[in-house]
Amino acid sequence: MVSDGKLVLENGSSVAVVGGGPAGSFFAYFAKMFAERLGTDIRVDIYEPRDFWSPGPIGCNMCGGIISESLVQNLALEGIDLPESMVQRGIDSYVLHMPEGSCHIATPLQEKRIAAVHRGGGPRTVVESKWDSFDAFLLKLAIEKGANFYNARVKEIGWSDGRPEVQAADEKPKPYDLLVGATGVNSPDLKLFEALGFNYSRPQVVKTYITELEFGSELVKKHFGSSMHVFLLNLPRLDFAALIPKGDFVTLCMLGRNIDKELISSFMEHPQVRRRFPPDWVQPANYCRCGPKMYFGEARQVFADRVVLVGDSGVSRLFKDGIGAAYKTAKAAARTAVFEGISAAAFRDHYFKECLLLNRDNRFGRAVFSVVHLIKHMKITSNSVLRVVEKEQDLPGEQRHMSMVLWDTFTGSAPYKSIFARSMKPAFLGRLALAHLGAYRRTSADGTDNTVAGRQAGG
Amino acid sequence: MDTGSLGKRYGDGEVIVREGEIGDRMFFIRSGHAKVTRVIGGNEVHIADLKEGDIFGEMAIFEREKRSATVRASGEAVILSIDKTGFLRRMHEDPSLVFRVLQQMSERIRRLDTELATLKSSM
Repeated sequence: MVSDGKLVLENGSSVAVVGGGPAGSFFAYFAKMFAERLGTDIRVDIYEPRDFWSPGPIGCNMCGGIISESLVQNLALEGIDLPESMVQRGIDSYVLHMPEGSCHIATPLQEKRIAAVHRGGGPRTVVESKWDSFDAFLLKLAIEKGANFYNARVKEIGWSDGRPEVQAADEKPKPYDLLVGATGVNSPDLKLFEALGFNYSRPQVVKTYITELEFGSELVKKHFGSSMHVFLLNLPRLDFAALIPKGDFVTLCMLGRNIDKELISSFMEHPQVRRRFPPDWVQPANYCRCGPKMYFGEARQVFADRVVLVGDSGVSRLFKDGIGAAYKTAKAAARTAVFEGISAAAFRDHYFKECLLLNRDNRFGRAVFSVVHLIKHMKITSNSVLRVVEKEQDLPGEQRHMSMVLWDTFTGSAPYKSIFARSMKPAFLGRLALAHLGAYRRTSADGTDNTVAGRQAGG
Repeated sequence: MDTGSLGKRYGDGEVIVREGEIGDRMFFIRSGHAKVTRVIGGNEVHIADLKEGDIFGEMAIFEREKRSATVRASGEAVILSIDKTGFLRRMHEDPSLVFRVLQQMSERIRRLDTELATLKSSM
């Protein structure tokens, strides 16, 4: 109900959210919260065909399932606490593995501030969930705030008298004042928005590989602890990989080009990977795996009068913290819709600013990952990085420059721009150059294996 | 399911922040309670009790002053810390993030007003 031709949300206005993952639930939650603060009563309907409550992969959103430090802190500030029944493991450190060796990097505060979760009811072998699903937790928050949930696939979206309308399976089309797209990049519903006639086109994507390795909670604790394991190995086509410990499972995420059976097998058999696993462990035949698409470059035209796209289907962060980006974009869109209006101009002037910030930050992200890629292929530089990080572990937190740059790069805890700026500081570059020179001298002087790997192998 | 616990666990009576220290973060109580005390004339005076969901330590961030009070866990408490730099950056990006902090500060001011009025009326 938008009166006098003004494109604003008023008492009785209605909003349809297509997609009940984090972006959709965050949008619904914040739209209801902001409207409540203003004393405006709006109706928010969420359409989501998946079931996040049942055990097994039926509600899986095909994701690594890491909630970044910054998002955990933001949610605490919003009054949203992530319960122990849902967080499968609190992460307080990471281990960087390179062919030249490994190093353990702890947070300066020695505090668990990263959450490892399953987005749905767990992998396919789970018949009874021990932990709650993250997506179910967020959807429940939105419902408790007053949003309506329709467990149905949207069959059609279109226009009627200048207003968007949504038709769920077996239902009549329903008109709305605002339509929100929160489908992610793996949903067939994206084409419905592309056909809506406002020049939206989906974001660029890359294919990833995700699999769940079942060890049981004791072995997960013994072999992986509360550390995320990041692998920068010199395997062709592999950019990087991570092992994320959870409850009974460890999630393996691989990112690269044309990830196929051969590359997966090379990775799993690599000595640096193999030594993480229990010696007699064999991967079961029916393990859960998928090759989802991941956001890589921005979508075109993510808003129009009465329409906005949030989360991965609009703009996200490069390689990391997609859930954090869903929170940011969904909240910015909700803030715009409630306080500024639902016209294209309002979304352009307010919501799109947030998208531009993410886009610009992703440019720095590409530069950061190019450097990571380069380091991976240069043995002496890899060694220098490992040596600097090793030495830094004895320093106070604020002086662990290299460790913190790597921590933020692989956990998504800080904007890429901040990581880039810190890695360009003369002190940072100077320390790396000195370590580099030292490593070069040692290698060329005595010909012995003075690499970190050599020392680690020799005890 | 202790593996899923975020933040840091403090035992009964353990100091979370100490009066006079420089503050570089604020805190969110995930579970449990905490006791706020302040040294006045050499005596430790109990000022307030904090509960699950409360945020504290924000004054040292906004005012760039030393910690004005000591906060101890009262029973076992799980506390999540929020970095000063990250918080300030995020607050400038999204001012609505401090709504709850302001709400809690407003509640404290209202409570203090009531206590002050009670004290004045009894004088």
